[in-house]
Amino acid sequence: MDLFKVLEPGPFTTIQDSGRYGYQQFGIPVSGALDTFSYLAANVLVGNPDDAAGLEITFMGPRLETLSDTLVAVTGAEVTLFVNDQPQAMWASFRVRRGDVISMKASSKGVRAYLAVAGGLLVPKVMGSRSTYTGGKIGGLDGRPLARGDRLNGGSPVSLDRIVFLPEDLRPRFATEVTLRVLPGPQDDHFDAGLNVFFSSVFTVTSKADRMGYRLDGPIIEPKDGVSLSIISEPSLSGAVQIPSDGQPIILLVEQTASGYAKIATIITADLDVVAQARPGDKVRFERVDLTEAHQLHRDYRSILNHLRDAIEGQNSA
Amino acid sequence: MGGLFDKAVFRLVGDRGVIVEYGDEISPEINIRIRTMAAAINEEKPAGIVEVIPTYRSLLIVYDPLATDLKSLEDALQFMEGRLDQLEIPRPRTVEIPVSYGGDFGPDIEFVAQAHNLTVEDVIRIHSGALYQIYMIGFTPGFPFLGGLPEHLKTPRLETPRPLVPAGSVGIANNQTGVYPIDSPGGWRLIGRTPLSLFNPSRENPFLYRAGDMIKFVRISQEEYNRIMAEGKT
Repeated sequence: MDLFKVLEPGPFTTIQDSGRYGYQQFGIPVSGALDTFSYLAANVLVGNPDDAAGLEITFMGPRLETLSDTLVAVTGAEVTLFVNDQPQAMWASFRVRRGDVISMKASSKGVRAYLAVAGGLLVPKVMGSRSTYTGGKIGGLDGRPLARGDRLNGGSPVSLDRIVFLPEDLRPRFATEVTLRVLPGPQDDHFDAGLNVFFSSVFTVTSKADRMGYRLDGPIIEPKDGVSLSIISEPSLSGAVQIPSDGQPIILLVEQTASGYAKIATIITADLDVVAQARPGDKVRFERVDLTEAHQLHRDYRSILNHLRDAIEGQNSA
Repeated sequence: MGGLFDKAVFRLVGDRGVIVEYGDEISPEINIRIRTMAAAINEEKPAGIVEVIPTYRSLLIVYDPLATDLKSLEDALQFMEGRLDQLEIPRPRTVEIPVSYGGDFGPDIEFVAQAHNLTVEDVIRIHSGALYQIYMIGFTPGFPFLGGLPEHLKTPRLETPRPLVPAGSVGIANNQTGVYPIDSPGGWRLIGRTPLSLFNPSRENPFLYRAGDMIKFVRISQEEYNRIMAEGKT
């Protein structure tokens, strides 16, 4: 059914789900929501399955006119949310009626907000996913961001009475100085003194930061004497920190499939949500962990995600 | 036995990936090992493996750390390596890609010819006379990184990449040749264009080839190009 009419799209709002897996060997990146925790929380709040499609909103929100009564939740970056000019809390589900206008002001903390609607947004699945990949012009709305006048279709809400929230202590806190935990490699052996510079310096997120990757600004990271930063091209995973020929790190993200430069380290999965919310000008440090620690942190992160549904659905039945 | 390692090298890719490197150069011998291992993994499906991505000289294995660990993965790969002889590997297919060379489709073909003291006709004959192996697919959906470009067509890439290379363009960069499946920026020297749609997400099989397959470029005229384009649209 018709759920929303897009009055204003916002600077870069796309339809995303949990991602497109199994096609990287054909040059198709995973895509999907960049901040997994906030995306998942929004779905759980409106009673959706984990992988339902919603909106990923960058910096500034869209203005949406509601076309059918439904249930909505907005999570992620701190935006000021309104329904018909009445303030509405984030991290909570709320009802909207036909004719209501949902809008939000620019984010004050964080970058990406997530809007989930009961039943999920419905667009055709492309290779198993509804995620928009603008570079390949696939998924979402013909592979492009939202535009004025678009109509968004969705499933029917199971119940309009699921008014729940995520307790404050479970929500992420957005800091302007963050420490990202990494495992050295896959090409840490291309560096010697450069590794010390990487682990002891503070880097600044530049404005060249999107779903493909974030360019950082900081001291130059040099390779070992006589070793090239250029490597035979190989596939990359989200979180890999590549050092191109200018020596300034680039964090590769979900819309990248291959890289031809040495990757000094790779950010652990649990900290990728922090990257998703880092703003230009924010300060970044890298901290080394070993594989055993990284796998423990991975288990902890996954149990936090699993706990989300209990934390929210507990209230509903109470 | 140039470049093939005696023992595969494991490189960590964060907490959920590992690159298994079989050599340190681009060669058919290393690539056969990679193709065989990828086929073996897809056949045996060891627990916890999410995706296997073949590259020039390595495999990137993405795994679920909740379902397996690095030691189990290494053991499983070693076990498979010992049994490779008993495995039947699907023979690589050869995919023919029709190309209309030169003209508006190949704005750099004169440059390539002049750089090697060849005629445009020579460039077309040599380029369409070779058989190319797909070592890896990446950069954009379906973009094939091909090995096997004849020595005397090696040409450096453009100093400044074009902001828009039309889908179907066939190009050369150093010792590589390839085709752009979708409109994208690009710095390869363009010598022709194919009317085939190399990536079409609405087809049952969105891609015409996979890593390990061979590509043969077949020369066609501008008229044939137009005809195939028109057929593709109906």
